[in-house]
Amino acid sequence: MSPKEPRKPHGAIAPDVERFAFTPENLEKAKAVIARYPEGRQASAVLPLLHLAQDQHGGWLPQAALDYVAELLSMPRIKVYEVASFYDMFHLEPTAPIKVRVCTTTPCWLCGAEEVLKACREVLGCEVGENSPDGRFFLREFECLGACANAPVMWIGEDYFEDLDYERTKAVLEAIKRGERPKPGPQSGRRGSMPAGGKTTLLDLD
Amino acid sequence: MPKVVINGKEYEVPAGITVFQACELAGIEIPHFCYHPRLNIAGNCRMCLVEIERSPKPVASCAMPVADGMVIRTDTPLVHKARKGVLEFLLINHPLDCPICDQGGECDLQDLTLFYGPDHSRFRENKRAVADKYLGPLISTHMTRCIHCTRCIRFLEEVAGVPELGAVERGEHMEITNWLERALTSELQGNVIDLCPVGALNSKPYAYRARSWELTKVESIDVMDAVGSNIRVDVRGNEVMRILPRLHEDVNEEWISDRSRFAYDGLKRRRLDVPMLRKAGRLEPVDWREALRALRERMAGLPGERIAFIVGDLACCESMLLVREFALRLESPHVDCRQDGAKLPASPRAAYLFNTSIRGIEEADLCLLIGTNPRWEAPLINARLRKRWRRGGFQVARIGASFDLTYPVEHLGDSPKLLERIAKGRHPFTKRLKAAERPMLILGMGALARPDGAAILHLARRIAESCGLVREDWNGFNVLHTAAARVGGLDLGLVPGEGGLDVAGILAAAERGEIELVYLLGADEIEVERLKGAFVVYQGSHGDRAAPHADLILPGAAYTEKNATYVNTEGRVQRARRAAFPPGEAREDWKILRAVSEAVGRTVPLDDLWAVQRRLVEVQPMLGRLDVVEPGAWGAFGEAGPVSDAPLSSPIQDFYLTNPICRASPTMRRCSLEILQGAPPPQEELALLGATGTHG
Ligand code: SF4
Ligand code: FES
Ligand code: FES
Repeated sequence: MSPKEPRKPHGAIAPDVERFAFTPENLEKAKAVIARYPEGRQASAVLPLLHLAQDQHGGWLPQAALDYVAELLSMPRIKVYEVASFYDMFHLEPTAPIKVRVCTTTPCWLCGAEEVLKACREVLGCEVGENSPDGRFFLREFECLGACANAPVMWIGEDYFEDLDYERTKAVLEAIKRGERPKPGPQSGRRGSMPAGGKTTLLDLD
Repeated sequence: MPKVVINGKEYEVPAGITVFQACELAGIEIPHFCYHPRLNIAGNCRMCLVEIERSPKPVASCAMPVADGMVIRTDTPLVHKARKGVLEFLLINHPLDCPICDQGGECDLQDLTLFYGPDHSRFRENKRAVADKYLGPLISTHMTRCIHCTRCIRFLEEVAGVPELGAVERGEHMEITNWLERALTSELQGNVIDLCPVGALNSKPYAYRARSWELTKVESIDVMDAVGSNIRVDVRGNEVMRILPRLHEDVNEEWISDRSRFAYDGLKRRRLDVPMLRKAGRLEPVDWREALRALRERMAGLPGERIAFIVGDLACCESMLLVREFALRLESPHVDCRQDGAKLPASPRAAYLFNTSIRGIEEADLCLLIGTNPRWEAPLINARLRKRWRRGGFQVARIGASFDLTYPVEHLGDSPKLLERIAKGRHPFTKRLKAAERPMLILGMGALARPDGAAILHLARRIAESCGLVREDWNGFNVLHTAAARVGGLDLGLVPGEGGLDVAGILAAAERGEIELVYLLGADEIEVERLKGAFVVYQGSHGDRAAPHADLILPGAAYTEKNATYVNTEGRVQRARRAAFPPGEAREDWKILRAVSEAVGRTVPLDDLWAVQRRLVEVQPMLGRLDVVEPGAWGAFGEAGPVSDAPLSSPIQDFYLTNPICRASPTMRRCSLEILQGAPPPQEELALLGATGTHG
């Protein structure tokens, strides 16, 4: 289960903005996505469109955006609410734009996810589930990111940072804070998910 | 056909059914929550587990198709253990609040736990608590009790076609909600109360009013529209506590509309419970003797042509028969049961029936709607149309104002002139009608209750005849009534006789002073003010629009208070049964008319219900054949003539307020405000939702 707390009473979708609409560029992108699906199956485009909307709206989805997507795809609104609330990647409450997602599932946890989290707390200055005081980062735990071979793992924006420990995590976050884009992938220097202690097979290959 | 072995016995079952259905056919009950024969299979509650040979684990029978040679067991220790386990899981997060739960006594979870469940709980942790939702004036929620069977979601999506409920979040955090704190808008939403297998969705107006086992259940017929839904009226003492649907595959299946279900609180309000007579300009209560005497005096010497009768929409056949007999004896030709002015003849019968029959809709492949909004005029007929559409190969087109009918409708235009073009073959739709195998048209009151109604009726008949809608084996010509009384009235010939006036004529004649006495039998949908010049007798149950203008009020019975016959729009004759007694001095309507006829010296010699119903059958033999639909006689009807260009629309402006009972119902008024006019939900109710009373 997702570690996030279930949202408070589902009387209404929490905060809201008055209106939402895609920017002309995003609308073009949306149309391209919709065009991938056969006539009458536009609803299949709901996930990419929600991502697009979330990116446009600074990292979270207000009700107006959900309703807008529903309208665009001629879907019942509730169906979009179901999708948006089902997937953890969608945020239905205001959260800072840069999401720092730390995997805390068993393999990562065994390999030191706690240390990673500690570094995050220190650098970002906030707890899990909170926005950083500078309003740029949102820190949260995540379930298995599917990169266990390089545990522990952290996912920021589009990038995976792997083979982390306390120091490496700090370095990555500080670089991002400075506005740099640190090199994604294993931070230990190994290539991909090759054995940590060097190759054991296919020795004659590069 | 596949052969299967169930509990050691071999059965041959139809191909394509599920293991669950096979067991049902074999007479073996399988406990279940999420499965419902009229909804898509969800397979999420796991209550229906059975053992199937060569399957390593118990199988959810509702989602498993039968295969030839399957060996199914439903009574093994493993199955019992599985059921027990499922129930224990379901109960982990279900509150043990049966004593304060409205569903108690008619709860699937309670019953199944009793029969199959564990006798104690091993769960020591905290239960999950879910906040209640606001779904509007009709449905109250206790979401902590929800077992996530998703029946409510599936019903609204599939049957009602108004997908407004969903399951948000997932896993342990899943919640059923519309997520908006706004009322649901389906006019069939009340059915989710029956579908919910637990006490999560309950009736709001009925909340904490009664326990199911202290109610007397009376099987009856609904009169809120002309569908003739089969209902069960639950009463305690003399009070109607709630109304539920009864199964009738050919009429309402197992659903009823919200008007049928929730308008009953209008039975207790604004009732006329004592005769009243206008004295010096004011209506004052009098006793029956005085009321009848006043009428005798007023009618003395009045010739028949100065007396008129208008029959309202909720009248039963019995009282209408008395009107007929009484008018005959008074020699009054001015009798009309079409208070909306629909230009329908009293014969041939096929001219005013829904000839295809409600079930017949399922065989049609093309439908033309003319001046009707079936979703509001007859929600269950609309649900059938939707059911047919969902199966595929069914197209619907419309002439008249647009309205979301929950399925796609091709809009041909608004003007009745289109009918002329279709009839003359000068419209592409003619070809499509001719090409269709089983085409049907539905003519609404919006097309008939207008000055050119007879011409429209004529055109519709011509279309029906020329485009193959009326054949030996198929009749696709349909009139959709909105009044429960109408078909019965037409069957009894309650239309103006030789030289008689219809409703419009009566109103005009009363203004001119040519008609001096107008007898209204529950007729509220007319311009009563125009009757000022005449002496107005109002016989009916509610102090609605007409009563304040009456000079004499004779309090009658509502549909739940009499044994009465109604004929639905298909021509199906059904009997309503008395569930309660009329309030105060109010009496059954046929009796009142009988007494009136005697008081004025023109006695109708029908002395008991038997005699009345025998006479009914003499007048119209059809009325003796209960619950069948017989093909009506076809013939010439309608009047050739010009049709105007005025757009067609539905006669119903407000689904929730169509008759005196609805208008007296606070629940219906609230629905009208919140659902149709978009009024915000009451703050007090929203405030109560925060906490559930049933934590742990
Ligand atoms: S509210 Fe009732 S019908 Fe709806 S999912 Fe829950 S238990 Fe099922
Ligand atoms: S457990 Fe962390 S990536 Fe799989
Ligand atoms: S009835 Fe089969 S899973 Fe619910």
